Amino acid sequence: MFKNLMSWIEYRMPFMEKMNLHVMQYPAPKNFNFWYFFGSLAMLVLVNQILTGVWLTMNFEPSAERAFASVEYIMREVDYGWLLRYMHSTGASAFFIVVYLHMFRGMMYGSYQKPRELLWLFGWFIFLVLMAEAFMGYLLPWGQMSFWGAQVIISIFGVVPYIGDDLTLWIRGDYVISGATLNRFFALHVIALPLVLVILVFLHIIALHEVGSNNPDGVEVKRENDGTKYEDNVADKFTFHEYFTKGGKKFIVDAIPFHPYYTVKDIVGVVGFLILFCAVVFFAPEGGGYFLEAPNFEPANPMKTPEHIAPVWYFTPFYAILRAIPDQLIGAIAMFAAIILLALLPWLDRCKVRSVRYRSVWHKLNLVNFVISFVVLGVLGALPATPEYTLIARIAMTTYFLYFVFLYVYSKNEKTKPLPVRLS
Amino acid sequence: MSNAPVDHGRRRFLTIATSVVGAVGAVGAAVPFIASWNPSEKAKQAGAPVSANISKLEPGQLIRVEWRGKPVWVVKRTPEMLESLVTTEPNLRDPNSDEEGQQPGYAKNRHRSKKPEIFVAVGICTHLGCSPTYKMSDFDAHVSGIASGFFCPCHGSTYDMAGRVFSGVPAPKNLMIPPYMFEDDNNLIIGKDEGVA
Repeated sequence: MFKNLMSWIEYRMPFMEKMNLHVMQYPAPKNFNFWYFFGSLAMLVLVNQILTGVWLTMNFEPSAERAFASVEYIMREVDYGWLLRYMHSTGASAFFIVVYLHMFRGMMYGSYQKPRELLWLFGWFIFLVLMAEAFMGYLLPWGQMSFWGAQVIISIFGVVPYIGDDLTLWIRGDYVISGATLNRFFALHVIALPLVLVILVFLHIIALHEVGSNNPDGVEVKRENDGTKYEDNVADKFTFHEYFTKGGKKFIVDAIPFHPYYTVKDIVGVVGFLILFCAVVFFAPEGGGYFLEAPNFEPANPMKTPEHIAPVWYFTPFYAILRAIPDQLIGAIAMFAAIILLALLPWLDRCKVRSVRYRSVWHKLNLVNFVISFVVLGVLGALPATPEYTLIARIAMTTYFLYFVFLYVYSKNEKTKPLPVRLS
Repeated sequence: MSNAPVDHGRRRFLTIATSVVGAVGAVGAAVPFIASWNPSEKAKQAGAPVSANISKLEPGQLIRVEWRGKPVWVVKRTPEMLESLVTTEPNLRDPNSDEEGQQPGYAKNRHRSKKPEIFVAVGICTHLGCSPTYKMSDFDAHVSGIASGFFCPCHGSTYDMAGRVFSGVPAPKNLMIPPYMFEDDNNLIIGKDEGVA
């Protein structure tokens, strides 16, 4: 009976066929470590944001008069409203934590290198849309930090020569940030950008499954079938979809099916993540003032800027760059360049060896330089701009950009270690 | 079905012509979506002038008046504050207010105002739009030797008591001076002057 139903469906829509292709018979390298949790965790957080977000819209009122009060109403009077909101606000920070770690994984193991450039670009666009999504979402509670944060970010567009002032006016829809701005940001935040985000995630996964996952060794698991015999190959034990073996032209080595092996592994990651996530949601939902900033518990007041304004932590590295340069236009260009350079990594890195495990000591040191620069910028972006901090920010900004310059220079003739034939 | 050979030139012409017409249509269809983001009529009309009573203003005191949704400051400067405008001049980016559009002609002077003691300015930092803090007596923490001025908490820009920006800070221009006029000695109208209605 059930079997008949399944084949009735299968005849009309290849459900099991696609499940086999993408899940049960999808070959994934056997040596994924914990860095490979963050892709699936990003999906989990996306689902969390959409689900809690939809529920929040049921009580939120996107108007300058009612927005702040309706968030208070959600917090105090709607059953479990506080939980839904804290899951959403903590989820925003969690999203950036897992996405930053996911991106760093790609940088460590050279996952952006050929043939995964497009996969990396889709991921970069997801990051970009995510930043826009988070920025617009932060205006909605209509607190002091919402208002003045948006004021600063929108003013950045004012540095565009000739059309800058008209552009900011067009974005705001008013001479100052007002209910008109709030309303359009709400529309973009709850429907337009999430749609784009879901489509991009879909494309990211389609592109991933075409080229296959990279792995910590950075060597391919799909090889040309030239008759080479591989001893103790775990892949011999499994059936992989013929799409990946190309009718025997390809030979798969040291891979395991995504399900059940990585679905089960990812569940471990999910449990670990949820323990940390719930700890924040229940015991420190404001994240020490970094996830929800103190001035945001005061309604927006266009007449008065808070004493110290700082963006939410996930924007601070880029914000520190903007602030470190005295010239407005160059500052804005440098900030966008810091983001755009990430997209160009597949072409800046000219080394044929992917994983940091087999690359030169220069690359290892440079990667450490990148992490330190990024973290230092992130810390400084959250602090007030004193002359000493500005100087440190300028140094960290320089070393951040130098990562890309150095990478381009040494990667051309890099002294690498020999790659292993098999995955470790 | 005709068996005439395919006329490739004609087919290409029709494909291109159809694409161009379609693209023009798409651009046309985008107009309402883009234009609907402009300020509405209601938002445009909210830009009417406002008046402020300055009879109770103490020396050194600052009041904020809302004009077009922006904070406008009115400060009654003390003689010491006016004197400080001379000492700050070597450290300013634009001491003579040469930047056009940041002030009406009658405010293009050292004190950037009609009456020397009454200072009127839009309290929005010319950097990224924060509202600077008025430091009536503890400004020398930011610029040594100057007792009062304006300090922007966002990115550390500093302005003197005429809203002139110090050099070496992120803000590029002096504070904006709105058009204003004195109705009588006690009443100020912001947003219009004798020149323009």
